[in-house]
Amino acid sequence: MSHFPYLSTITFLPLLGALVLLLIPRRSEGGIRAWTLAVAAVTFVISLALWVRFDPTQGGMQFVERKAWIESLGISYYVGIDGISLWLVLLTTFLSVICVLSSWGIAKRVKEYMLFFLLLETGMLGALISLDLVLFYIFWEAMLIPMYFLIGVWGGTDRIYAAIKFFIYTMVGSLLMLVAILALYYLNIRAGNAPTFDLLKLYELNLAPNVQFWMFAAFCLAFAIKVPMWPLHTWLPDAHTQAPTAGSVILAGVLLKMGTYGFLRFAMPLFPNAVEAWAPFMMVVAVIGIIYGALVAMVQDDVKKLVAYSSVSHLGFVMLGLFALNMQGVQGGLYQSLNHGISTGALFLLVGVIYERRHTRAIADFGGLAKSMPNYAAVFLIITMSSIGLPGLNGFVGEFLIMLGAFLTSKTAAVFAATGVILAAGYMLWMVKRVFFGALDKEENQGLADLTGLEWGYLIPMVVMAFWMGIYPGTFLRKTDATLELWLERFEAKKEACRSLEAPGALAWLQDGLNLVFPASHAD
Amino acid sequence: MLDMIWLVPFFPMVGALVNGLFGRRMPKGLVATVACGSVFLSFLVSVGAFFSLKALPPAERVFEQVIFEWIASGSTKVTLGYLLDPLSCVMILVVTGVGFLIHVYSVGYMSHDPGFSRYFTYLNLFCFAMLTLVLGNSFLVLFVGWEGVGLCSYLLIGFWFEDAAKAAAGMKAFIVNRIGDFGFLLGMFLIFWKFGTLDFVPIMKEAPEVLVAGGAIVTAITLLLFVGATGKSAQIPLYVWLPDAMAGPTPVSALIHAATMVTAGVYMIGRCNVLYSMAPTSMTVVATIGALTALFAGTIAITQYDIKKVLAYSTVSQLGYMFTAMGVGAYAAGIFHLMTHAFFKACLFLGSGSVIHGMHEEQDMRRMGGLRKHMPHTYWTFLIATIAIAGVPPLAGFFSKDEILWNAWANGFKFQWFLGFAAAGITAFYMFRLVFMTFFGKERFDPHEVHVHESPASMTVPLWILAGLSIVGGWIGIPAALGGANQFHQWLAPVMGGASEAAEGVKQAAGGLGLVSTAWASEAAGAAAEAGGHADLVAEYALMFLSVAYALLGILVAYICYIAKPDLPGKVAAKCRGLYELLYNKYFVDEIYQAVFVEGTLALATFCYAFVDVVVIDGIVNGTGLLVRSVGSGLRRFQTGQVQAYALTILLGAVILVGYYAVVASF
Repeated sequence: MSHFPYLSTITFLPLLGALVLLLIPRRSEGGIRAWTLAVAAVTFVISLALWVRFDPTQGGMQFVERKAWIESLGISYYVGIDGISLWLVLLTTFLSVICVLSSWGIAKRVKEYMLFFLLLETGMLGALISLDLVLFYIFWEAMLIPMYFLIGVWGGTDRIYAAIKFFIYTMVGSLLMLVAILALYYLNIRAGNAPTFDLLKLYELNLAPNVQFWMFAAFCLAFAIKVPMWPLHTWLPDAHTQAPTAGSVILAGVLLKMGTYGFLRFAMPLFPNAVEAWAPFMMVVAVIGIIYGALVAMVQDDVKKLVAYSSVSHLGFVMLGLFALNMQGVQGGLYQSLNHGISTGALFLLVGVIYERRHTRAIADFGGLAKSMPNYAAVFLIITMSSIGLPGLNGFVGEFLIMLGAFLTSKTAAVFAATGVILAAGYMLWMVKRVFFGALDKEENQGLADLTGLEWGYLIPMVVMAFWMGIYPGTFLRKTDATLELWLERFEAKKEACRSLEAPGALAWLQDGLNLVFPASHAD
Repeated sequence: MLDMIWLVPFFPMVGALVNGLFGRRMPKGLVATVACGSVFLSFLVSVGAFFSLKALPPAERVFEQVIFEWIASGSTKVTLGYLLDPLSCVMILVVTGVGFLIHVYSVGYMSHDPGFSRYFTYLNLFCFAMLTLVLGNSFLVLFVGWEGVGLCSYLLIGFWFEDAAKAAAGMKAFIVNRIGDFGFLLGMFLIFWKFGTLDFVPIMKEAPEVLVAGGAIVTAITLLLFVGATGKSAQIPLYVWLPDAMAGPTPVSALIHAATMVTAGVYMIGRCNVLYSMAPTSMTVVATIGALTALFAGTIAITQYDIKKVLAYSTVSQLGYMFTAMGVGAYAAGIFHLMTHAFFKACLFLGSGSVIHGMHEEQDMRRMGGLRKHMPHTYWTFLIATIAIAGVPPLAGFFSKDEILWNAWANGFKFQWFLGFAAAGITAFYMFRLVFMTFFGKERFDPHEVHVHESPASMTVPLWILAGLSIVGGWIGIPAALGGANQFHQWLAPVMGGASEAAEGVKQAAGGLGLVSTAWASEAAGAAAEAGGHADLVAEYALMFLSVAYALLGILVAYICYIAKPDLPGKVAAKCRGLYELLYNKYFVDEIYQAVFVEGTLALATFCYAFVDVVVIDGIVNGTGLLVRSVGSGLRRFQTGQVQAYALTILLGAVILVGYYAVVASF
């Protein structure tokens, strides 16, 4: 612990920045923006040190910091990252800079907006680095509040409904997770261990499969809402359409990843036998999400809502990869969550660009924009291709690995998932056609200005990332190899260790029923 | 020279980058130089590579170059690398050679277009993708090119995006191709599942050990890959995008939708000939689909009036021949036809472009006629290419098409032979119908209003080169029966030769199934002459004579219908109204697809959204909220703040409790 506390620095720098922000007078909006940008940028630059100094050969936690907090309960300030969280942390700091830039045009209550934004960044980073369940839960909930206000204050016309829906939906899952965390804590004590919320210690707790089954269910629900998995997704389109641009970017780019991250970090390694039992069910739901999200995206008449539903489809792919439970699937899933942050994040930025000019997002209000805004159209098309998985751009690498991984586990699942590739081309290109092609016949669209310097400023990094991640994924994948190998190894080992354990379960009959409907074997 | 192979796709990529990023600020001359120059450099490197490869002994003509590790995860390792062997060498020569000519032609054709630099960016990008496709050392790198050419096709079909119909055609092409990709992807996964790699060299080497010849897996793999091919190469049932693709600029139709991209499926099967040879069922499917497509598309071409539509259906039909060749095991013959078709069909499309250009954007042949006087270069080159496609010796099309039909016959695919044979005369007919309607007879337009002009040299020179190739291109593949050495077969033998060993396996496996004759096993090795005995030779001559006679008959009928008795077609059409309508409307396939697949998907999507999402799921969500709220507001009535009310409630509670214990609990 002699090293520089990188993780605490990047996590609390935005919080510190937010406190300083309080001292800047409300009138000096330029100063507020500049300060926020500076804080986000410095945080990003420091986080780059994580990338440079991360040891890819080591699968365990790195940059670990640990301080006792409430010793009597076994709660500590315990943080660290591995290959799973490394890129999510960097994605968060990267997107935060992009988002501050894209929020330059916010005129209403700039100070509060930027304040919430910085608080949100601390919340997200905290959740990603926490290795103590209580600490994690605190950050997890802390993320909700600034997001709630960002939607509720700076959102569109239906913002209150969307904000409350978002908050309550997520809260339901969170509370169930809290109960499960406490249950885990007591189960650990009952097993004769010292009281602790230390995640790595709890990894070692072997629970009987039927106990795991219900513990997993609780965690799963919390994370599945966040992902969101079908049919728990209906908060997402509302939240996305109502949120301001930067809110949508963060929501899609990072907050949804909290769900998939939760599965990878908590739900799956803690309860491997339950994962095995639930996997067929989860794969079915993931595949339904892929197809359903794509179908529903197809018939949207609001561009932002279309992108929101496409997220449901993309996240279905991520979940399918995770539950394929092999290297290709899990690594593909993790990679796809990063990809989705870039491509869907960029799509929301692009929708924001046009919304600022036209104050509408209805597809029918556009047409022929490629004529008046050629650069904008070009960037939009590149990101569209990245989103629908064109090789050479980021989306393909993730989708390919996921489908390959899924195929090795369940051919049926892969076959159905692959139809998502067709549907994605359908809904995206149809939208592109209606917005950008055809005659430029609406007067309001004729004089539209093409991309400004500022817009180029935040779009170019996204485009560069889309190409980089598509052409040379090794930069990113190689840092996750050791971690995921260890992850899979421990997963299998723990599963074997727990297999023969038994505990009387009041609800065992329900589990038996589920097993009957979805046989637990992966054999095809 | 061989280790410079990476330069072949590299030059067009640089060209695309330069024109894409700076083209709008560059003078047109510079844009054109960059675009044409980059492809020409690729062509030079390709020629150099060809001679380097030729200098090696046949068995050693394989060169693999790895650029970098692309995707690696767990046991999956995919490198981005190039594989040069006789097959890919033929392909890069065709792509860069024909591609260069079409680039040059485009400089003239597109000279007045405001999207000049955008056009050449896409065209260079296409060359890069196509070269990646044919040079890729694994299924995945091939797929990169496969998708890349699809993207360029999408961009170029919808090049004039302000026309909504053109943009729609581009979208249709992309989505239909994606349906094919679905199959291709699954085929790749199956291959990876079985082989643990996607690299061509180990797969083709190990296939006989890893897979059971004639077994379900190899059949599934090859059929799934073929689904991809039907998309990219416009075969039944996924051909529907290609006729619409004519919305793009005509040179694009020549390069992408005739000469190169659409042949990718044929190339892919050629690349995987080892696998296909192990799957007789798949071979039969490929041959049948190919032959059916050849005939089906040919019949549609008879009735079309749009000069480009005729050529489009002709392309679909000719691609059908190539697949027939692949399906009957005559891989080299299929690739041979791919090459000759690239020459004459590119020539035809560019010629039609010259006509359209000279006629000021007129595409309807009913408003043409007599053009041979106005545009002699276009006329002569077009006529040469037409004779070539019609299968008249000694032009290129005769040798390649005849070889396919002969192989189909000789290998026992009599039904497929019949379909292909039937289509051959139809080809001659509709092509000469096109020539007669366009270049002969009286002008059916007002020469005072439409000032027809011959195209500039930048367009006619490529036409003449392609016309020349349409004549001599077939001479490198003259069969032994006509005293030739069939150098083309010998050149491809190292790649296609592997098929013979695998085919031996099939012969044993399929022996009891009696699915197809497997005599083609030796054919595939490029040893047609050795296999055929004297009787075969007689049959070969007979068929050759028959098909030439049939082609001439087609030309004669076209002459009668469109020169001698111009009112005859109208009468025939009126007499067979139903059939004519069916053909003219392309068997209503587009309408059926629209009603079933497009409308069906949209209906399902609307159901998911309007009912499942809004009514069911959100109904439950909002219903829960409403329930909590109404329960809350109901209970709120009790919190009146009046002490009397609370006292009353306490009293009531006490009475109930006491009553309960007094009455119930005392029993």
